[in-house]
Amino acid sequence: MGLDIRWPIGLMFSIVGLLLAGYGLFTGGEIYKCSLGININLIWGGVLLVFGAIMLTLAKIGSGKAPEGKE
Amino acid sequence: MHNVALQWIDYAIIALYTAFVVGIGFALKRYMKTSSDYLTSGRSIPTWVTGLAFISANLGALELVGMAASGAKYGIVTAHFYWVGAIPAMVFLAVFMMPFYYGSKARSVPEYLKMRFDERVRALNSISFAVMTIFASGISMNALAKLLHQLLGWNYGFSLWICSGIVLLYVLKGGLTSAIYTEVLQFFMIVLGFAPVVYLGLKDIGGWDALTNALHTVAANPAALALKPEGTHYAANAWTSAWQPLLGGPSNNPLGVDWFAMVFGLGFVLSFGYWCTNFLVVQRAMAARNMGAARRTPLIAAIPKMLFPALVILPGMLAVGLAVLPGKSYHLPSPPVHEARMGAALTALNAVPASSEAVIKAVGLKMDAAKVAALIAENTAHKLDDAVLRTRVQDAVAENDYDGVILSLVKRYCPPGLFGLALTALLASFMSGMAGNVTAFNTVWTYDLYQAYLAPNKSDEHYAWMGRFITVVGILLSIAAAYFASMWTNAMDIIQLVFGFVNAPLFATFLLGMFWARCTGTGAFIGLILGTGTSMLFHAVTLSAGNVPGIKGGYLAQLGIFPTDMAQNYWLAATAFTVCLLATAGISLATRQTKTVEELKGLVYSLTPRLKDNEQNFFLRPAVFGTILLIACVILNIIFW
Repeated sequence: MGLDIRWPIGLMFSIVGLLLAGYGLFTGGEIYKCSLGININLIWGGVLLVFGAIMLTLAKIGSGKAPEGKE
Repeated sequence: MHNVALQWIDYAIIALYTAFVVGIGFALKRYMKTSSDYLTSGRSIPTWVTGLAFISANLGALELVGMAASGAKYGIVTAHFYWVGAIPAMVFLAVFMMPFYYGSKARSVPEYLKMRFDERVRALNSISFAVMTIFASGISMNALAKLLHQLLGWNYGFSLWICSGIVLLYVLKGGLTSAIYTEVLQFFMIVLGFAPVVYLGLKDIGGWDALTNALHTVAANPAALALKPEGTHYAANAWTSAWQPLLGGPSNNPLGVDWFAMVFGLGFVLSFGYWCTNFLVVQRAMAARNMGAARRTPLIAAIPKMLFPALVILPGMLAVGLAVLPGKSYHLPSPPVHEARMGAALTALNAVPASSEAVIKAVGLKMDAAKVAALIAENTAHKLDDAVLRTRVQDAVAENDYDGVILSLVKRYCPPGLFGLALTALLASFMSGMAGNVTAFNTVWTYDLYQAYLAPNKSDEHYAWMGRFITVVGILLSIAAAYFASMWTNAMDIIQLVFGFVNAPLFATFLLGMFWARCTGTGAFIGLILGTGTSMLFHAVTLSAGNVPGIKGGYLAQLGIFPTDMAQNYWLAATAFTVCLLATAGISLATRQTKTVEELKGLVYSLTPRLKDNEQNFFLRPAVFGTILLIACVILNIIFW
């Protein structure tokens, strides 16, 4: 199928990661009592961003190659 | 249960996910030209995508919720649903069965049955499958709407129609490819949405060793958490060892089964019946771009499947571990008291004089009598607020709502933001549960029922149109099924019971069909009916301990009493399978084979030339890859022995 699924996955997780990390950057204190005092939004937003970036990179590399054909 | 107020960040994450799945549907629209593009993805999808979709189609939200529930109820033994109940069957599908499904050019599992046997077997299988997918999809949506209602206070009907509408949008545009692509998105969503919750839970309890110690306490007296009746005691490792409690026999493990029922009932009959014959999962592999890719699909899926217990079962174990530690102030969730019953309970509480019995009777659930008595004393001395009374009544319920375990952990650990992510992961898996079932339903309807019996010899355009039309119908039927499931609490039990009756004998038919050329259509047809009949009869004459005859079985007689539902279920499956196998074989020998050897080529093992895997990379050959997976699985079993 013509659409490489790695583009939307990469894009979506990058945006969600940015949002979450950004939110974590500007929040603190009370709301992180439930997450044992860890600013989990900032950390996990970063993880999502890295994951999204890896997906986008893979999609970019993949777009250079011709897709493998039928046997 | 009081509602959680979502923050803008949570809404933003949900909205983003929705926008992306709908966007994928629209982006795929221009590739949907023929009926085959729409219904079978034109056999063109890369292996890693079909592999992740294969596992994701199975990892519905009900599975997420149910596995955490079982993790709490039974502990690490639940992992056998993965290690015993999935991996071997997935390897078998890849190595032995996929060549026939993919190689026969059948577009669906029922169509394979028509090629191998005859129209009767196909009709039987496709009709029962179509009905089951609609109900499965309805159950999934019902659970989703109920969750949104309980958690966020959204209206049930509104949630149901909105979420179904979103699924309709992307499935209608992009067909099976859309469903498969969003399943991959959902796979990552679930892994990345739940991993931090598990991490925080483990950190909270103090690591793996602390969890093990807490679970040893649970095993010594499970009645303290209302997990088992008063007076039940297990060996310390009942929640933390996968095999040792099973070897001690049914009375020595919380699951109430022995190793034989586990290995034969779950590991062989139920598991092979599900993974090797269920078109919902097999369809994902059949959409792969070539035979090698199709065979590698279940193998790739097996890798995450093997590791999923850490994500889905561990939360349940963490929940009971936390509940037993007084310092953690965590309680296993209790089933919410229905609004009408709560009203009656308040009336009973405010009556003069109030009695504990009347309050407990009004609530209709098991209650902590001491808490109720204390509440009455307090309320008589000084009239309490209604809101306080409600909370206290709910708090006095002494039953566990195991299905609420996963959500209670999400609520405990997630700040706004992460909460939105975890909620989106749940929403995603509910919705893809619907999408997966509807895309399997529309293929079976269009090719195996409509084209086969109602309107043969029409143009491909017509079938492509029908595929879209029936997608809309399928979604509407699912919504109806969801309302049906919401009306009675028993509806779900009945539906799942019927699934069990139909699925239990099915693998016997496929096993004989694929590996024994002499097996005839008549044998398969009658064998299948007898097998299903056997499961019904078995259910009617056996019961599990502590249940009243009725929906749980035993309404004709009680010839056997099993320690748990699970044990009853395994033995039911094992019996139905055996009857179907013997009946099919016996009738086949007594009837004439109507198919010629030429017709059976490519459909039966002994008549099909062996596939040559030699040109493939050594480690990618299905047999080699499969063996490595099985070894890894054995190692996991040894570690958690």
